Amino acid sequence: MDTALLFENATVLLPEIVLAVGVMVLMMVDIGLRKQNESGTLAALAIAILVLGMGASLLIWGRPPAEYLGGAVSDGFALSVRLVVLIAGIFGVLLSRNFLPSIERQGGAFYSLLILAVIGMMLMGTATNLIVLFIALEIFSLALYILSGFHRENPRSIEAAMKYFLLGAFASTFFVYGAALLYGAGGSTSYVQIHETLSSGGGNRSLVLPGIALLLVGFGFKVSLVPFHMWTPDVYQGAPTPVTAFMSVGTKAAAFAGFLRVMMVALPSLYEQWAAPLAILAVLTMTVGNLTALRQSSVKRMLAYSSVAHAGTILIALVAATPAATSAAAFYLFAYAFMNIGAFGVVIVLEGRGEGDVEQDRFNGLGTRYPSLAVAMAVFMLSLSGIPPLAGFFGKFLIFKAAVEADLAWLAVIGVLNSAISAYYYLRVVAAMFFREAEGEITCNCGPAINFSLAVTTIAVVVIGLQPGLWADLLRGL
Amino acid sequence: MPETSYYLILAALIFTVGATGVLLRRNALIIFMCIEMMLNSVNLTLIALARQWGNLEGQIFVFMVMAVAAAEVAVGLAILIANVRHQKSINIDEINLLKW
Repeated sequence: MDTALLFENATVLLPEIVLAVGVMVLMMVDIGLRKQNESGTLAALAIAILVLGMGASLLIWGRPPAEYLGGAVSDGFALSVRLVVLIAGIFGVLLSRNFLPSIERQGGAFYSLLILAVIGMMLMGTATNLIVLFIALEIFSLALYILSGFHRENPRSIEAAMKYFLLGAFASTFFVYGAALLYGAGGSTSYVQIHETLSSGGGNRSLVLPGIALLLVGFGFKVSLVPFHMWTPDVYQGAPTPVTAFMSVGTKAAAFAGFLRVMMVALPSLYEQWAAPLAILAVLTMTVGNLTALRQSSVKRMLAYSSVAHAGTILIALVAATPAATSAAAFYLFAYAFMNIGAFGVVIVLEGRGEGDVEQDRFNGLGTRYPSLAVAMAVFMLSLSGIPPLAGFFGKFLIFKAAVEADLAWLAVIGVLNSAISAYYYLRVVAAMFFREAEGEITCNCGPAINFSLAVTTIAVVVIGLQPGLWADLLRGL
Repeated sequence: MPETSYYLILAALIFTVGATGVLLRRNALIIFMCIEMMLNSVNLTLIALARQWGNLEGQIFVFMVMAVAAAEVAVGLAILIANVRHQKSINIDEINLLKW
């Protein structure tokens, strides 16, 4: 191959390249600082690298979409996914400050893995080739398996890593088998060429449907759709909470981005075949997620089931499969990043230094002891349940609107009913904070990094809700 | 030259054997081996299809799958060892601290 081709349009991957170089620098600095206990410096460096990556994403934003070696593309949708993932990464670093002794001891490893996961997630959004998609998926999955077991003294954390790894690797094999069969069906790993072959009636037609079904299992696991969601509560509960916060947003954004692009670029000619099963999965996911969240006493598990339900809502956008629906999904993920990370941030504050679970009783009387913390949590809960005028409301509104426009009004109705169910368990936390008395002393593990993240996420949730139009230019669909 | 479908059927059988093993066995290491077997059946599928289409993309895909499988082994064994330190066992029935 001509080597000049390697550099043509290489700017498409500029943010990923910046982060990859940054990770290497970070690991070198870590080796240099081994003697001193310098986790603060490493955290600052990690944030600087992620901010540089965001700068690089914005730098290539104005340019016309270009493709790199038929494997990655830089369009508006890829940029939206990058932004969401980078935001999740930055807050992941901030929230992990002063949280775990093992993170402080091995800050270099922790932050490098976190940035590597960010790279993989960003690649998911840009991939236009099944091989790139598979590698991106594995890059972030492998990093997350280790991160979720990072609290090595805690058997729950190790158990979460073990479950996540075994089930994740199992699901990956389904994913790659599906990709292999799609390659067999279309004769190429490039989405565009698969589409050309299939829409012209060529290829191995008998391999298409098994391929889609297997791919669906793999994706369903990653975004935790019912019935592939069983790992979610265990891993979210057992993993260190900053990792959970990062993972819940980042994985969702990345996997949905990859999912949307495969279905809408490579397989639009088979819409009739895949839309109906996905619609059923969306209904199941929303309903089971919300109903199970109702009876959780641990806040982390409740948020885990709530994230399952949110995955169902975003899936509606894929069933609608219109450009408006994909930009609605991008907006939803953007809003979800702030409100979900914020909610986990409050859990981190109450949890102390990785001491375990936060039961809902811990929130009793928070409103009188720590009013600002309680107000922030109330904002996140109201936004997650979709109450106007907060960010979560507009995310849901845009997705339901896109569904109605695509003649899927029944799906939108089920989505709205589910929002009503979810309001019950979100508001229960709010009620506990403001209308119950505290039983004992509430310990509060505050630090400048956590306070800053909570302030930023709270303001962002309110501002995005009040000014949803501001972001329309930044967050685009396919 | 045998037809591609023979290879595809053989690969599907191996994949099924692997998946059954993952679901039925209780030893984490054996489960892990079953997952590797499933990945290799995918490799066989890819190679057969690459021959049928006469292009190299499937073969490149196989190399990527193998590289990823190797990385997965490194991460997976590390997690298994960390778990053995706590549990003194790799039986997945004993991994039950977290449940609903």
